[in-house]
Amino acid sequence: MTLNANQRLFGKLAFVALAMFGFGYALVPFYYQICAAWGVNSLGQLPDAAVNTQVDAGRRVTIEFDSNAHGLPWRFKPLVNHLEVHPGQVTTVEYEVHNERAVPVTAQAVPSFGPASAGEYFRKIECFCFTQQTLAPGETRRLPVVFVVDPKLPHDVNTIAISYTFFEVAGRGGKG
Amino acid sequence: MSAVADTHGHGPAHDDHGGHGHHGPYGGFMRWVTTTNHKDIGTMYLWFAGSMFFIGGMMALAIRLELFHPGLQFLNPDFYNELVTSHGLIMIFGAIMPAFVGFANWQIPMMIGAPDMAFARLNNWSFWLLPFAATLLILAYFMPGGAPGAGWTLYAPLTVQQGIGMDFTIFAVHILGMSSILGSINIITTILNMRAPGMTLMRMPLFVWTWLITAYLLVAAMPVLAGAVTMTLTDRHFGTTFFNAAGGGDPVLYQHIFWFFGHPEVYIIALPAFGVISQVIPAFSRKPLFGYASMVYATSAIAILSFIVWAHHMYTVGMPVTGQLFFMYATTLIAVPTGVKVFNWVATMWKGSLSFETPMLFAIGFLILFTLGGFTGLVLSLVPIDIQLHDTYYVVAHFHYVMVAGAMFSAFAGIYFWLPKWTGRMYNETLGQWHFWLTLVFFNMIFFVQHFLGMAGMPRRIPDYPLMFETWNQVSSIGAFGFALAQFIFLYNLFTTLSRGQPAAQKQWEGADSIDWTHLPTPAPYHTFETPPVIK
Repeated sequence: MTLNANQRLFGKLAFVALAMFGFGYALVPFYYQICAAWGVNSLGQLPDAAVNTQVDAGRRVTIEFDSNAHGLPWRFKPLVNHLEVHPGQVTTVEYEVHNERAVPVTAQAVPSFGPASAGEYFRKIECFCFTQQTLAPGETRRLPVVFVVDPKLPHDVNTIAISYTFFEVAGRGGKG
Repeated sequence: MSAVADTHGHGPAHDDHGGHGHHGPYGGFMRWVTTTNHKDIGTMYLWFAGSMFFIGGMMALAIRLELFHPGLQFLNPDFYNELVTSHGLIMIFGAIMPAFVGFANWQIPMMIGAPDMAFARLNNWSFWLLPFAATLLILAYFMPGGAPGAGWTLYAPLTVQQGIGMDFTIFAVHILGMSSILGSINIITTILNMRAPGMTLMRMPLFVWTWLITAYLLVAAMPVLAGAVTMTLTDRHFGTTFFNAAGGGDPVLYQHIFWFFGHPEVYIIALPAFGVISQVIPAFSRKPLFGYASMVYATSAIAILSFIVWAHHMYTVGMPVTGQLFFMYATTLIAVPTGVKVFNWVATMWKGSLSFETPMLFAIGFLILFTLGGFTGLVLSLVPIDIQLHDTYYVVAHFHYVMVAGAMFSAFAGIYFWLPKWTGRMYNETLGQWHFWLTLVFFNMIFFVQHFLGMAGMPRRIPDYPLMFETWNQVSSIGAFGFALAQFIFLYNLFTTLSRGQPAAQKQWEGADSIDWTHLPTPAPYHTFETPPVIK
């Protein structure tokens, strides 16, 4: 009799433990919902719509470009290191990437911003970071970024650094 | 007698080992492998915790040795990071948690008048999972790439990138988690279903209460950690991208999931420590615990709040101010129930007939130093200050005040307090007091100065530092070696007590009033409360 009561309680508690294991996984979509609701995770991979904004010709913002290839045999560099833009002005820059390995390699670029809070004002209309890039052996490619700096950028931000890091997509073996 | 408590020892060797009657456990080593007796299992948990405490301590000494001078002398930075990681994992999951599960195994059945734990075989298995997990943690050092060097928090992206030692550690965490969850289910079932007649919930000794709440925390929090490391594992080998930035994953997500487990974990360690202190202080004040009911409610409040404060460990990840404010206020709120507990302990001592044997010394040491650690925690809960102090030695000092001076002092108080009941032998009081005073002095020598280092900006987890930090680091390192030496006094005292300690009385401590002291002979027989006592 006692044994049965114990076993029933064991069952309930084991169920709680399993449910909490599931809860850990439920935190994943929950996290992205919260980030979207609060607009904090500005590293989203979706292109921004080309909004028709007024160019704020009275203001200049310096954009600095940085590049890293994380553990990849890729030479990856921006063609211009920095330039000045007016908020609202559609600008195109190019990066150059070269695969030094003798096999095709697939990688994904991830942007990050300094200051991080400037990310949401840096609107990427077109970016190589939206998709995985596969480079043939020895291939060199130019990768464009089309962006607009939102005129709503806070006035204390005069410089935005954008840094792209290429991570190899493991296991793809260049199959894209 | 319940059926579960009688399942042990029907083996071939009826050799009366362990000094009890008509049937005996296996002799020698097989006794310990097959035992289902809560006292045997409690003993094994404590020995295991003790060994891990010394292994983790050796790692700490290696770390302090490297930090004695600026520059790199003894360890290369990778190995240093591996040591920092293993030191944390081993001390938390190998030393502190098993030590308190050991206390729970010994004391809970004896304190509530139960013959054994509810699931005796499961109890055996919960323990025997641990040595395998510890082996995996240590084996990681011998794998290509070595043990993980990501810190005990095992943050992505480092954990997604490291060698096969990381997989060993992930499986070790899985096994440790399973052990804790099964142990907790066992403890909850024992407490809820197996109390003696008349032992109502609100009559249970506070140690039992704190363990009941801790066990619920473990059942709720440990699976989340298992989930986090499982996600890391599938990111590493099965192409998922929970945390792997290359596939659009987010390392910050790992921190959220980890700390959703990690902050309750802080109280999983602290609450049983509170429980031990709540037994020791009344016994040596010769007064009942002040504010028993408020202690129960405060413990519950701490447990519930612990689930909504996790992001105070990660103020600097770039969360919105609203989020920072919420977690800051929720965190400072925890100071209220914790303050209630500290107040009650002091009020228990107020106008009591105090005596200062070793367990009481450790309890008072706990009270003062844990409160200091709580205050630095309060400082760190404030966003503007935390952003300054994040990942500095101030944080290291803070959590060692609550882990070492909190949990570990409490564990020592518990061992000195209950050793006479368990073994029937009295430890050497003089050596116990030496152990306490040296531990107290050297503890502060190690960690008090780390507050200064942290406020001056010395970052944690880095084997080198600017010259200006050298003096305090040397003080801290000398303290660490003194602290280690003091623990050998404890070992010596323990072994001499076991081999030739003076006989202890049934109620060795005048003010101890729980039923293990009042109803049971000393040493506690192999089987106790086979007929439940009736609690008036």
